[in-house]
Amino acid sequence: MSVHSAARGDITRRRIGAAALIAGVVLLALAVTHGGTASLALTALWRGSLGTWYALTSATLVRAVPLMLTGTAVALAFRGGVFNIGAEGQLLAGAACAAAVALGLPSGGAFTVVAALGAGAVGGAAWAGIAAVLRTRFGVLEVISTIMLNYVALHAVSWLVRGPLQEPTHAYPQTLTITDATRLWRIPGAGRLHAGLLIALLLALAAGWALRHTAAGFRLIATGDNRAAAASAGLVDVAATTTHAFLASGALAGLAGAVEVLGVTFALYEDISPGYGYTAIAVALLAGLDPWKVVASAVLFAALEAGAGAMQRDAGIPSTVVTAVEAMLILAVVAAQAMRRRTAAT
Amino acid sequence: MDRGAHRTVSDASEALALTGITHRFGAVTAIDDVSMTLRAGTVHALLGENGAGKSTLMRIAHGMIRPDAGQVAVNGTVRELASQGDAIAAGLGMVHQHFTLVPAMTVAENIALGGRGPWSQRAAERVVEELSARTGFALDPRAVVGSLPVGAQQRVEIAKALARRARVLVLDEPTGVLAPGEVQGLLRWLRAFVAQGNAAVLITHKLREALDVADDVTVLRRGARMMSGPAREASEQSLTAAMIGGAVERAPRSPRVPRHDAPVVFRADDLVVRDAGDVVRVRSASFRIAAGEIVGIAAVEGSGQRELLRALAGRLPVSSGTLVRPPAVGFVPEDRHGDAVLLERSLAENVALRGLGGARGVMHWDAVRARTRTLMADFDVRADGPDVRMRALSGGNQQKLVLARELEDGPGLARGAPPERQGEQDRTADHHRFVAPSVDSPPPTASALVVENPTRGLDVRATAAVHDRLREAADRGAAVVFHASDLDEVLLLASRVLVIFGGTVRETPLQRDAIGRAMVGFHS
Repeated sequence: MSVHSAARGDITRRRIGAAALIAGVVLLALAVTHGGTASLALTALWRGSLGTWYALTSATLVRAVPLMLTGTAVALAFRGGVFNIGAEGQLLAGAACAAAVALGLPSGGAFTVVAALGAGAVGGAAWAGIAAVLRTRFGVLEVISTIMLNYVALHAVSWLVRGPLQEPTHAYPQTLTITDATRLWRIPGAGRLHAGLLIALLLALAAGWALRHTAAGFRLIATGDNRAAAASAGLVDVAATTTHAFLASGALAGLAGAVEVLGVTFALYEDISPGYGYTAIAVALLAGLDPWKVVASAVLFAALEAGAGAMQRDAGIPSTVVTAVEAMLILAVVAAQAMRRRTAAT
Repeated sequence: MDRGAHRTVSDASEALALTGITHRFGAVTAIDDVSMTLRAGTVHALLGENGAGKSTLMRIAHGMIRPDAGQVAVNGTVRELASQGDAIAAGLGMVHQHFTLVPAMTVAENIALGGRGPWSQRAAERVVEELSARTGFALDPRAVVGSLPVGAQQRVEIAKALARRARVLVLDEPTGVLAPGEVQGLLRWLRAFVAQGNAAVLITHKLREALDVADDVTVLRRGARMMSGPAREASEQSLTAAMIGGAVERAPRSPRVPRHDAPVVFRADDLVVRDAGDVVRVRSASFRIAAGEIVGIAAVEGSGQRELLRALAGRLPVSSGTLVRPPAVGFVPEDRHGDAVLLERSLAENVALRGLGGARGVMHWDAVRARTRTLMADFDVRADGPDVRMRALSGGNQQKLVLARELEDGPGLARGAPPERQGEQDRTADHHRFVAPSVDSPPPTASALVVENPTRGLDVRATAAVHDRLREAADRGAAVVFHASDLDEVLLLASRVLVIFGGTVRETPLQRDAIGRAMVGFHS
């Protein structure tokens, strides 16, 4: 047994090491082929992400908040055997609901903020609920339905900001800006960083704890591991557990959208998310689907994306290079997992 | 073309001759020096229990398995069959028990599949029309196979073999999937097919079918030929004896007699159970099972034992009738990896799986680990501790842990809980309305265990250990119900035997020949 877990720990360390190495090599290779010099590229990347207090708080951590929430959402769903790749759509649904409530309620401090956050969670859960019904009632694979619902959500937001929720002058495709009293509290001395960070940290910690220590969490894991055994040996209602996984995942992603509206953008518009819901899949996979590790993984991806902008400005290297690096990270993780399964099988 | 054809050694009237075939899987001899001859123009029934070696022998004849010894001759020519392609070229065709059709393709496409040269839909459809005319099967070349009923799919499978000019057909349990009317149709067609000078081997474990349709009969038991000869000289008694070894009547090793006043744990009255496809699998069964009994369910494959066991275990709803059973019945299904364990989880997590559906709040993992340690010690599960992954254990140790878990009176499974009653539920209106609840029996308080093929895949030592655990459980007052495909295992373990055939449950005396007959639908 001790031999066994030692081997597993070894493989985990090797996995992370290999992933980091591959990412670094690819990053440098791409930077050089795009005409930059390696040192210039890396300096820009560092300064734009973690190198200064401003970059750390206002660029990296601000981006890490929605990635923590959506990353936790994806991790929970995947652990339950639900391949929810619709966090992006659920985030948009949550953002729309939060904006509607924040603008619709008489502007008034804590109550409105909490109501808007709640509306975001409910909106995201409802959006995921559509995919849950499609899967449990009609056997439609969520891999298909959730990604399609992403496009539907995008078009719905597009319609909302040109129709019922558009600002009164009808000049811009966006809503009115929410009042100062309806915004999330800013963390003093940390630039644009807002209280959403605390919400995200709290929920990631709670989700990780629930998976480890509650019956509901273990039901989710057992259902994700082996539905037939969970149903037969555990007498678990696997259909209900699957639905719960969809709803919890959607609520977290929806909350990410609400936090963005109330803490960062202060209005709803079409490209409110630069693909947080898609990056979330990478965040969750790198974290091994553990919400606790999602926190670190989200900061890493947020730093890469924040640094990408700086790299483009200062070193003239296209920010798509970072997207390629993210893709390489995920491929490395997936390959390492496949190798681990093979070692386990022999 | 004639690759592998040697000299003519036998009569050309022998469509298929197997001589001295021996084959081993590892240390197990699956086929032991078996010879059989299929005469041209005849149907030859190949009989035997599950695992007797019927399918293995025919796979050898069809080039799917190379035998360790022996030779195969087709139409008088000895053949070296290295693949199914060689067998097809030699004029052999096999109709598998589980069809080898592509459900999404049309009949014409399925039959053309595996051919060479350019694809022409018209040509493929013409082939089917010509086959339809020749066989009288009325195949629609454009029908999608997946949308056809099972009987029609089987006809497509036969037509596929005939399209490749098969003169010798091997049909593996062809009637198991058919409705009674279709069975008659198929057997009539088979007689007409051989009347044209062809020949067929019919693999079955149904005696009546064999006697009705076959000219010759060969019986296998544990890989060895027990008898072979003309069907008219065989009787159901002689075939049964050959199939199950009636000559070696063996008394159960430990005849156990439960106490007369033992409480009834399971009570079924006119119990009807349907499978997931809404087919009735258990017909109006009535029986009692008391604490301390080990009841063996004897049956050939697909007789309804699977559904009966799951109903007793509370894993399948009762369609009508009454079933009184304890609220928590331990259940050990035959597919251990699929239905019983989480291979990638620890032993403790696997123990915690039982009753997980009703668990609330926080998991007390330390307590679960301690319980797992106790179970491992009690059931001699060899592993380094409760945190080892299930996958790291041998099959025998996995099965012992599953047994330990299912026998445990864990939290929420307190003795003395009232029995659960499943009555005549109105399937459409109200799932929980009981039309005919009966109140005459005392509430069973003992624990109960339902086990399906408890020693499948285990070695001799692990098998003995599992048997010992089941006996101990009964001695402690548990009601144990089990099914084993192997009749010897049923006889070894059971204190009482219920035979289920075609969904009908019958109490049968603890005698090998009586049970064997009842398993194939005969009653003395």
